[in-house]
Amino acid sequence: MRVWLVILSFLPLAAQAFCGFYVARADTGLYNRSSRVVLVRDGERTVLTMANDFQGDVKDFAIVIPVPTFIEREQIHVASTAVLDHLDAYTAPRLVEYFDPNPCRRLYRMEMKAMNAAAPGEGAAARAKALGVTVEARYTVGEYDILILSAAESAGLVTWLKENGYRLPAGAEAVVGSYLKQGMRFFVARVNLDEFAKTGFNYLRPLQVAYETPKFILPIRLGTLNAQGRQELFLWTLTRTGRVETANYPTVRIPSGQEIPLYVKDRFADFYRDLFARQVEEHGGRAVFIEYAWNMAWCDPCAAQPLSRSELRELGVMWLTEAPPVRPLPKPRIAPPRPVDVFVTRLHLRYDARTFPDDLRLHQTGDKSNFQVRYVLRHPWDGSDDCPEAKRYRSELLPQRLRRQAENLHRLTGWPLAEIHRAIGLGEPPAPEPWWKRLWP
Amino acid sequence: MSDPRHLQIAILTGMLGYGLGWRDFPGPGWIYLLYPLAALGFQWGFCRIFRVGFDGRSPLISSLSLGLLLHTASAFWAVTAAFVAVASKFLLRIDGRHVFNPTNLAIAVTTLATEQVWVSPGQWGLGAFLAVAALLGGMMVLRLTRRGEVTWTFLAAWGALVFGRALWLGDPPAIPWLQLQNVALLIFACFMISDPMTVPDHRAARVGFAVLVAVVGYVLQYHFYIDEGLFYALALCAPLVPWLNRRLPGTRYRWPGTVPSRR
Repeated sequence: MRVWLVILSFLPLAAQAFCGFYVARADTGLYNRSSRVVLVRDGERTVLTMANDFQGDVKDFAIVIPVPTFIEREQIHVASTAVLDHLDAYTAPRLVEYFDPNPCRRLYRMEMKAMNAAAPGEGAAARAKALGVTVEARYTVGEYDILILSAAESAGLVTWLKENGYRLPAGAEAVVGSYLKQGMRFFVARVNLDEFAKTGFNYLRPLQVAYETPKFILPIRLGTLNAQGRQELFLWTLTRTGRVETANYPTVRIPSGQEIPLYVKDRFADFYRDLFARQVEEHGGRAVFIEYAWNMAWCDPCAAQPLSRSELRELGVMWLTEAPPVRPLPKPRIAPPRPVDVFVTRLHLRYDARTFPDDLRLHQTGDKSNFQVRYVLRHPWDGSDDCPEAKRYRSELLPQRLRRQAENLHRLTGWPLAEIHRAIGLGEPPAPEPWWKRLWP
Repeated sequence: MSDPRHLQIAILTGMLGYGLGWRDFPGPGWIYLLYPLAALGFQWGFCRIFRVGFDGRSPLISSLSLGLLLHTASAFWAVTAAFVAVASKFLLRIDGRHVFNPTNLAIAVTTLATEQVWVSPGQWGLGAFLAVAALLGGMMVLRLTRRGEVTWTFLAAWGALVFGRALWLGDPPAIPWLQLQNVALLIFACFMISDPMTVPDHRAARVGFAVLVAVVGYVLQYHFYIDEGLFYALALCAPLVPWLNRRLPGTRYRWPGTVPSRR
């Protein structure tokens, strides 16, 4: 049996709005071995939703998660994958496009100037007891059999888990011991095959746990022991106060807003994967990246519609249940509608035991400013007018812009500049000038 | 550079410039200008009211530290923090000197009062941490600050607690090391807890005080999970200083070239 420990992942979307026409998104499906986690937090009230891209035989699936408190049956729930997919799509990095207007029209001339200025059991029980392990509770929720375990010491718990068919990675004992000393219990889930057959699904649905704790952390240490290389984690937080960041690792915004060549439209998934890998490298693999931070009421452009009130409730946004029902969701539009009391942050990290030795300690900030990862395609005007502005547009502005877009793409993804130039028909890029040529001008 | 405050201003300005330019500091840029403007303005006002000469160095240091540590998007709370910092020096006084380090009190009061301000302890990353540590370490070794034993004692006590905890939990050293890579911790140790105006006068009392703040801060952070634990710890312990000064009198610190007066 393979033990899956809390981990996360996703891909991109499209819609029409002021910030460009939405054409593509990069959601979590881009990545292998990824986990998706949603943390809803208000004061000490916390709801954790976990899903991962487990591909094997469901009878081999198990998950072991440290939890800060005892968990009652009613605190566990199985969510629909659709809600997570929706949240993923809504917050995904996006590609938008603009169309240049006729440069001969006056309004556009002004815009062009501005653009130039700024680019953008019984026996079992006895055995457990002998090992110092207490099975505090046993539940079946949805397709999962769940145990809440506490233990006197880690060796007993690790032995118990192994004897009960859980294959723990090497080094688990020390980590388990650390969690036990911190007063944590273990939430252990595996698939109940009869119940799974009843669900009619061919995949496992996300598990949810609700609890109260002052610890705003996401335990990732057990996950790093699997030693299958770096893992991908997507973490969404839903709070009332604002953006969430990590307190023990730098939180960095993904570069956003750049214009890139048109041909990336068909290669957006490759583009974003390479861009993300480059960002990870640039930060020595030790940063957590923000891909989205926005009030849940709206989006611009929308990669997907904002989540409905019932979807937010399913994810565990407990405070919305206390408010009166509201009007149906507004369509995305230019001006933000009245904000709802939910702020979403999408964090993305690629981690292993070396770069992320400790759990993610999270921290709520009061920052409600909106941030999205968005790249821009700009279609040139292809009219035949021949005013002086149109001539200048074709001979100067367009080539300049193409070079700038190529440069952006090269810098963001590391794709070779010569290749990009060929792809957009620019000819070979100029060879870099030897440094001495500029030494004594 | 006879006055250590000049070096402090230079270091803090450099760090803030680096933070704003390269470290993706949150919030609108004008906040970082608003802090010094508001602090200098309040200082000037209080100097008028209390009829003392105006000296902009201390409020400048307070506001630069606020810019480095206390993030907000709210002009109201930025001005309030600057006010708390400056006002505390004039209004909260025992035995002729102020009780709280101004920046520390401003951080403690505003983070408790509102969710619109926050401290970002993880924002700097390893490279910046090492650079700042080298810079501040050099400053300490060259004895460019006064009463450096507070800083050393505090860092030693804090390090011992964090590494001791890891040892007890059986965690690898990478974990406590990560916990110590915290620029906010360095600013706290070098500029806040060691503020010569608010530490005890007697050497033994200073050492004891540094250890106490480390222990209280550790309990708040690791047992109550309060990220701002250190700042609250110093604010909680500061009122003990006047009492310590009476029990264990020592030489009172004065900035070079100043006569005893309200700052």
